[in-house]
Amino acid sequence: MTMTPAKVPRELDSPLDGGVGESRRRPDGTLKVTGEFAYSSDLWLEGMLWGVTLRSPHPRARIRSIDVSEALAHPGVEAVLTHEDVPGFKFYGLEHKDQPVLAIDQVRYQGEPVALVAADHPEVARRAAAKIKVDYEVLTPITDARRAAFDPDCEKVHEDGNVVRHQPVIFGGDVAEARAGADVIVSETFEVGIQDQAFLGPESGLAVPGEDGGVDLYVATQWMHSDLWQIAPCLGLPEEKVRMTMAGVGGAFGGREDLSMQIHAAMLAMRTGKPVKIVYNREESFFGHVHRHPARMRYEYGATRDGKLVFAEAEIILDGGAYASSTPNVVGNAASLGVGPYKIPSIRVDAYGVYTNNPPCGAMRGFGAVQACFAYESMMDRMAAALGLDPVTFRQINAAHPGDALATGQVLEHMAPLAEMLGRLKAMPMPPERDAAGHDLRELPGGVSNTTHGEGVRRGVGYGVGIKNICFSEGFDDYSTARVRLSIIGGEPTVLVHTSAAEVGQGLVTLKAQIARSELGVRRVTIAPADNQVGSAGSSSASRQSYMTGGAVKVACEAVRERMFKLFEERLGRPPASLAEAVEHLPEVLGDEVIDETREFHHHRTERMDPVTGQANSHTQLAICVHRAVVDVDVELGLVKVVELAAVQDVGKIMNPLSLEGQIHGGTAQGLGLALMEEIVVADGKVRNPSFTDYLIPTILDMPPMRLDILEYADPRAPYGLRGAGEPPTLSSTPAIVAAIRDASGLALTRVPVRPEHIAGSS
Amino acid sequence: MERGETAVRAEIALRVNGEERRVVADTRTSLLDLLRERLGLTGSKKGCDHGQCGACTVLVDGRRVNACLALAVAHQGADVVTVEGLADGDEPHPLQRAFVENDAFQCGYCTPGQLCSAVGVLAEAARGWPSHVTADLAADGVELDEAEIRERMSGNICRCGAYPGIVAAIREAAGGGTAR
Ligand code: FES
Ligand code: FES
Repeated sequence: MTMTPAKVPRELDSPLDGGVGESRRRPDGTLKVTGEFAYSSDLWLEGMLWGVTLRSPHPRARIRSIDVSEALAHPGVEAVLTHEDVPGFKFYGLEHKDQPVLAIDQVRYQGEPVALVAADHPEVARRAAAKIKVDYEVLTPITDARRAAFDPDCEKVHEDGNVVRHQPVIFGGDVAEARAGADVIVSETFEVGIQDQAFLGPESGLAVPGEDGGVDLYVATQWMHSDLWQIAPCLGLPEEKVRMTMAGVGGAFGGREDLSMQIHAAMLAMRTGKPVKIVYNREESFFGHVHRHPARMRYEYGATRDGKLVFAEAEIILDGGAYASSTPNVVGNAASLGVGPYKIPSIRVDAYGVYTNNPPCGAMRGFGAVQACFAYESMMDRMAAALGLDPVTFRQINAAHPGDALATGQVLEHMAPLAEMLGRLKAMPMPPERDAAGHDLRELPGGVSNTTHGEGVRRGVGYGVGIKNICFSEGFDDYSTARVRLSIIGGEPTVLVHTSAAEVGQGLVTLKAQIARSELGVRRVTIAPADNQVGSAGSSSASRQSYMTGGAVKVACEAVRERMFKLFEERLGRPPASLAEAVEHLPEVLGDEVIDETREFHHHRTERMDPVTGQANSHTQLAICVHRAVVDVDVELGLVKVVELAAVQDVGKIMNPLSLEGQIHGGTAQGLGLALMEEIVVADGKVRNPSFTDYLIPTILDMPPMRLDILEYADPRAPYGLRGAGEPPTLSSTPAIVAAIRDASGLALTRVPVRPEHIAGSS
Repeated sequence: MERGETAVRAEIALRVNGEERRVVADTRTSLLDLLRERLGLTGSKKGCDHGQCGACTVLVDGRRVNACLALAVAHQGADVVTVEGLADGDEPHPLQRAFVENDAFQCGYCTPGQLCSAVGVLAEAARGWPSHVTADLAADGVELDEAEIRERMSGNICRCGAYPGIVAAIREAAGGGTAR
């Protein structure tokens, strides 16, 4: 008997017109507005058990012993597991396998999983977990990333040293020489706090034991095959015995690129022989996934009096916390994109990723480019002010043009010129001036909660530029696979598109259907649920799925089309005059036959960064977004109201206008969150605010209306010329908003998020 | 709920999406858990379980309620409408249609709560209930302009940031045109 849970993903029917370039409705839209869409937290099997994770309360401790006997004796409990019960390899990780499935003899961060319990009710499991006796020898946590990296006397988080990666970038002439020739030099140290992805649907999933000793896993993830490659060895199973199905994903933003409950649920299911569901609550979710790296960044720029940058020097320290996760590649991004899309003759960047006992950090939308962007854009404003130049003019003077090289020597190609993008941005209409005499409380920062008459309210305008790599970089072949099947169903040509790519909300299911419709000329397209019965699609991250899985669906469709044309010729004795004719005759030509093609799509090869100079064509594609922010700041109360945000973005090709706008809105909102409110506050390695009461996310009141200007400078190497679009707006919105607050308040503001006390001067 | 402890159970009778439902449940069960785990209505979502995100919003006797903060037993006899009950048979609620047309979601996890909340907003506005931003407190009905919609929907977080689409969808359903 195989058990299939209730509320599993189903095929999505997309019986609508609309190909590439049109605003098509989502095939999952109806399910999502009726409550029928099955998220990972909705999975259900009669008789299933509930799994709970016991986590360390200490950021650093030795474990002297673990006594599970009382927990095991608790009525209703079916299993209590520790690291000794891990059936296979005991460590996992995206890039370094440095993270234990369950803590072994020591814990390195607060919230590290120590033991698992399965019971017949979640509250029973929780009660039992509380009865597990862990004897900790508490140690002083290592929490200062700079010290961890550079002080030889600092203790080590892992045996092999605290620096996960140091990547220098050395470009052009000698920086010391350039410094001597600069008329104006500015320097500053910037900080970025820890941002959380805070996807609204917490980590959850269901593991069902198989009769063959394997396991069926229903999980919400960003990259099913990467999960599989980590899970199978830890379970001691061959990959074919770990069958994975994508459950509905309630947002991701990088936070589901690492494993959370996958191996744990599978271990409990294999041990008990029963299905096991694990659902994190919101507090646990704050400990259950990696966050955006906090950063400390020291920058120095020099320029000539006429506004030309002559050198840039930067030291970027990214605190990766207790485990490596994707820290090495985050460092690669921060280093290679560390001074932005500007033409600077002498550049020296040193980016470090460091182990500490702080919360582990890894992928979040923008991936290393966000932190650097806040610093380099703040420097651009600093230098413009020092030179007495308009910040947009100063950026235009130093903007890299197509044909110019970035800090890594990689040349910008086939993209919109930054100077022109800035010109368009500046020319966009401004929102109406604030009616200062009107005293309408509703218009003030803080709204009707504002206790003043607006005497301290000042308006400010700021600009931000960001450049992001699209697809994986540094030599990684993050290919995608698509299977496309054409058959006649009920007299109508029907296409099934099957990939393992994660739909995390970005609208990939819509895009896949659009591409199939455009390439094959059919109306009826069905999207199969994502599972590992088809090859890897790579991760739904790095703004890459339109490019990569879009590309895979396109080439698979082309293969199907070729066979369709051949069959036509075989049966009718002549080639079809057009795609439309071939489709029209399909029912007779194809009959009961099926055309089924699977194709892999690879982007062109990239290079590893040189370990000494950082020079390389390390990125597949680059994308720029620019933002203008208009804010009202109450400088007495420290309150900020973002009045309007405007953006210009080059997307190569608009594949779906509505969902593209959604990506720009959403990315911008998360950048606004980082600018003004979002931070996981950590003291002595402990998280102080793991709840939505204290970790604030932009609401509909915080997010202003947006003006968008979307450009299409096609990239000939990408399918349809498209450029990944999900991340760039997350970069540039943050520095634009902070620049606007500086403009209004006159304050230096070197740290994000900017909180009221930083403006009102009460801290 | 430890065995041997005195868990108090009670029969809870509710009208859910037009159907009479009766279940015996622990009196500590939230309305959200009752709907999701006892009645199989998983459309209402749990984003925080602490009244902070709005994903669990349902309508209780026509008014918006965070189902995670409501004890089911405290709503004996109440009329509960969840996202599963918004449509009129096969005919989607105008807000459901407007949410799809305006792409007012991405992952969709907040959507059931946004929809129930928006249904509540339309009703509140029709009854003339003022909000913090209502200019004319004496008016019979409230016109749902953008400011009103934002103010009244501010308890429903959308992490995907689909707010412009949500505003547009509610304006459209409220008959206020389709400006984005
Ligand atoms: S789940 Fe009820 S408000 Fe978040
Ligand atoms: S659509 Fe994802 S949280 Fe709103």
